[in-house]
Amino acid sequence: MNRLVIETPDRAQEVLEGLYRDVQRRVGSSAPGLCPVDMALSFLRLCHAQTCGKCVPCRIGLGQLAKMLEAVLDGEATLETIDLIEQTASVIVDTADCAIGYEAANMVLRGVRGFREDYEEHILHHRCICGLYLAVPCMSVCPAHVDVPGYIALVKAGRCEDAVRLIRKDNPFPSVCGYVCEHPCEDRCRRHMVDDAINICGIKRYAVDHAGPIATPPCAPSTGKRVAVVGGGPGGLTAAYFLTLMGHKAVVYEQRHKLGGMLRYGIPDYRLPPEVLDKDIQYILDTGVETVLDSTVGVDVTMEQLKESYDAVYISIGAHDDKKLGIEGEDSVNVVSAVQMLRGIGEGEIPDLKGKRVCVIGGGNVAMDATRTSLRLGASQVTCVYRRRVEDMTALPEEIDEAQSEGGHILSLHAPARIERDETGKVTALWAQPQIISEVGRDGRPAPRPAAGDPVRIPCDYIVVAIGQAIGSQYFETKGIETKRGAIQAEKSSFVPGSGNVFAGGDAVSGPATVIRAVAAGKVAADNIDSFLGYQHTITVDVEVPPPQLTNSPACGRVNLVSRSIDRIDGDFGLVTKGMSEEEAQQECARCLRCDHFGYGIFKGGRNIKW
Amino acid sequence: MVNLHVNGAPVSVPEGSTILEAAAAAGIQIPHLCYLKELNEIGACRICCVQVEGEKKLVTSCNNVVREGMQVYTNTPRVRLARRTNLALILSQHNCKCALCVRNGNCQLQQLANDAGVLDNPFPEDLPSARQCEWDASFPLYRDSAKCIKCMRCIQVCDKVQGLNVWDLAATGGRTRVDVSQNRVITQADCSACGQCITHCPVGALRERDDTAKVMRAIEDPEVITVVQIAPAVRTAWGENLGLSPEEATVNRLAGAFRQLGVDYVFDTSFSADLTIMEEGSEFLHRLKAGDLARYPMFTSCCPGWVRFVKSQFPQLVGQLSTSKSPQQMFGAVVKSYFAQKLGVPPEKICCISVMPCLAKKTECDLPTMKGDSGCKDVDFALTTREVVRMIRAEHIDVAHIPETPFDRILNDYTGAGVIFGATGGVMEAALRSAYFLVTGENPPVDAFRDVRDSGLAGERQWREATFEIQGTPVRAAVVSGLGNTRALCRALLNGQVHYDFVEVMACPGGCAGGGGQPIHCDDKERAFTRGQVLYGLDQGMAVRFSHENQDVQALYRDYLEAPLSHRAERLLHTDHTAWDMP
Repeated sequence: MNRLVIETPDRAQEVLEGLYRDVQRRVGSSAPGLCPVDMALSFLRLCHAQTCGKCVPCRIGLGQLAKMLEAVLDGEATLETIDLIEQTASVIVDTADCAIGYEAANMVLRGVRGFREDYEEHILHHRCICGLYLAVPCMSVCPAHVDVPGYIALVKAGRCEDAVRLIRKDNPFPSVCGYVCEHPCEDRCRRHMVDDAINICGIKRYAVDHAGPIATPPCAPSTGKRVAVVGGGPGGLTAAYFLTLMGHKAVVYEQRHKLGGMLRYGIPDYRLPPEVLDKDIQYILDTGVETVLDSTVGVDVTMEQLKESYDAVYISIGAHDDKKLGIEGEDSVNVVSAVQMLRGIGEGEIPDLKGKRVCVIGGGNVAMDATRTSLRLGASQVTCVYRRRVEDMTALPEEIDEAQSEGGHILSLHAPARIERDETGKVTALWAQPQIISEVGRDGRPAPRPAAGDPVRIPCDYIVVAIGQAIGSQYFETKGIETKRGAIQAEKSSFVPGSGNVFAGGDAVSGPATVIRAVAAGKVAADNIDSFLGYQHTITVDVEVPPPQLTNSPACGRVNLVSRSIDRIDGDFGLVTKGMSEEEAQQECARCLRCDHFGYGIFKGGRNIKW
Repeated sequence: MVNLHVNGAPVSVPEGSTILEAAAAAGIQIPHLCYLKELNEIGACRICCVQVEGEKKLVTSCNNVVREGMQVYTNTPRVRLARRTNLALILSQHNCKCALCVRNGNCQLQQLANDAGVLDNPFPEDLPSARQCEWDASFPLYRDSAKCIKCMRCIQVCDKVQGLNVWDLAATGGRTRVDVSQNRVITQADCSACGQCITHCPVGALRERDDTAKVMRAIEDPEVITVVQIAPAVRTAWGENLGLSPEEATVNRLAGAFRQLGVDYVFDTSFSADLTIMEEGSEFLHRLKAGDLARYPMFTSCCPGWVRFVKSQFPQLVGQLSTSKSPQQMFGAVVKSYFAQKLGVPPEKICCISVMPCLAKKTECDLPTMKGDSGCKDVDFALTTREVVRMIRAEHIDVAHIPETPFDRILNDYTGAGVIFGATGGVMEAALRSAYFLVTGENPPVDAFRDVRDSGLAGERQWREATFEIQGTPVRAAVVSGLGNTRALCRALLNGQVHYDFVEVMACPGGCAGGGGQPIHCDDKERAFTRGQVLYGLDQGMAVRFSHENQDVQALYRDYLEAPLSHRAERLLHTDHTAWDMP
């Protein structure tokens, strides 16, 4: 008998390992709106199956908890049952010997405290207060509710123009979103349950790249109503587009020389080429949207004038101001905010970073943009300083990867402490305090705290601060529009209470968010302004979506976009990611499970032909 | 055309046909359960799954369209096993005590199980608890959760046809069930009680509140005089589930059946339909003249489903309803006053029973406003056609051989105008025939107003409209049936897109002939139109086709009411629609 042997998992274990991975993916793509009590019970059963059986609280207690939860769901429990669940779970948390037990009970406890109302509803009325509203996951999760399965089917059928027309029913920025959308639609894609999410954003880009010219849709008969839109970013232009289609006259006031807002002045060209942005904007303008450029509301025209001469006003000014670090030396020469730097470049004021050492502060997408832009401006060294870990960065993983592969260096777990400057006031270094990752905060993210040790000196000539944007709403505040920490206070309909005829939306209301959220806000505003003006126009498109294939393709890898190789980054502002080939697009489209036809979608919410 | 093979047999069908339709064209019936053409093509029951060559999984035939060259197999071992297993799963969540169910012998699930030869179920019964089945049994619509198979048809018909969204899915996951939407209970919901969910339920999960036992008690009580009235649309359908042909199932044979049941007097509601025309027609002319209809039209009020609908959905239009009671209620009011007087009995002695193609009539007769001066209900019980069929079967009455008997005297005359009340457009046509007479003093050509009839074809609009001249005055009329269509019409009226003087509304598609109280069939065919045609045929054959020529109605005015809209007529035959509330 050998004392030691090579341990290999048996076949059952191997299969089980595979099942664990499947469950992980499956849980990740759960539809919101499921009954929390039912889900808690299901998790609890999984936990109970994991128990080793040694200790009483875990072996017996979790089972008893499960029985009580089941009684709640079956309407057989009383309000006292909730107390007993809470009490029992607390004891298990207190007395279970290992995490298998106490973490399981803790989940129950969090639930019973977090959604006690659901428990009570089951007990008192034998009902569940939640409801499945995620008929088609991608479509429901998309803030603008774009018909994703519809346009994927059209791309598959080779009808890219129809695909783009279908997207435009809900989102007049198909090209922009094909390039830079954060694609929340992919998060809950049901294909996760099979293999991986569909590359929806990539398919959209394929559609816009391959669509020929498309005529603008006809506008409804003129209503004679006029709407002023303050701010020509994605939200303002979306509202103007839909209002124009509804027959109203929309006039966009833009303080800069060109339209596009953050799309033009915040997103670098190598991610969103200006001609792609211009394509969407030209299409919007072709419907008859009027614009007044280089006109700042509050300087060139007053709010009173707008409210007076228009039937309604939509404020979509975005979030273009910068946030300050609040550290010593921040006012030194060559310390700029990312917003300032990127806007300057958009306006043709290119900073000279040739051979300079640059520090970028922050961990979001804008920090990545600043890092990658600095590299393209010829910086000899770019260090992105971030106080948490790389995995805690809010930037999209692919953005971080790109920044690193292009030569950007990420210095994580360092919090900026002060900025050192020379006698002329120019930056010479950033001092940063090393951090240790620490306890998980209330937001569920591990927070950093200062580590033992002294601040380190990072010599540099230029500092870009990318720690978020603020909303420049001061002028509107003086006009009686309520704000909260800069954010304009608007109702869910986007109406600004007490304003008479003012609506607001986008980053200016929500704080800095994404293109697609701004588009969604513009769509909501257009609809509610239309009602406010006394109409009920509907927006629709005459595109017939092809029927789905009868059964789905076997598990298959997801096509990811690849980056072109960059020989010399300095001065190369060309587009980085390459679009899908036809072959790739076809394969990716064929992976779509067509949740509009299969599952709940065919019953309810599968397709909204109009809104 | 698309060419394909079903079980090896070639068939060509138009593009866009479903596999189910293609198979039917090839003479092959694919069993199905939840499928309801155009309304519920959601593939929920999975009974209609078939095998398609080249496809990994079985596919539903009800909602997938054919492709060129497709090879479909409907009876392979795989298909048979799938069908049987899914059927057994459905049965495990269905209360299979068929002997205790109103749909016994008329149930699509039962038929499927029988056809498949299911004798036992490998899956244990998994029914909701008694608590989960709680239902307010006083409401005219009764639902048994333990019989619901979650086919979603009730949800679809209420959403898509009636536009009231009374039903929805409740709870999630394995506990998902159908229930009143928005976590309401039925008595709090804005349900019109049209009963379309019942007639589209493939099983016995939905039915009317059964009032037959109470009616039998009244018939059995020697102290009580039972008076039955039979609504026009009942004659188009009552024989359907009793094995009678439409020719055999006359209203007089039904009267004979009631006599055999022991009812004392049998009348035809068509009599009071004529009476309604006198009141409503006069009211219309009066309101038209008074300028009451300049903005919005006068609406008919004989359909209680519509009255419930307008009160909950468009309260701003309630004032436009005709104040005339419905024929059911007018009949009851006359029976408990004029007729009681003629008999020389107090009204409390009379039990007035109506036979209606309708569920909402049960709510109408129970309204606090539908009472006479003595506090007696105008109508004591409203039975659906289905309940009456059950009573006939319970008494083992051989309907094929019982004699046809005439209606009882003094309220027995009725005209073709009263009979067509049971079809969409009928009330309008009958009203216009008499309104013309009331204005001009002479009869119009009897078919002058047939443009408001249903052609059986879908029109451009969700309703029909026609303008008629009466002595130089144009009368703009519109007729609508189905509450989804009604909502569209009400919106158009409120938005000022259309203007009418007089609008007839029936809650059920096709009018009372397609009413929620009519017999149900497993073949899922909509019968409202063909039943309605029976009524127009009867009208065509009647000697008298104008309500104002009804001899007994004339006598009633002469002897008792004096004239339409007289003080007594107002008290007995009109009502205040605002004196009660919808939830």
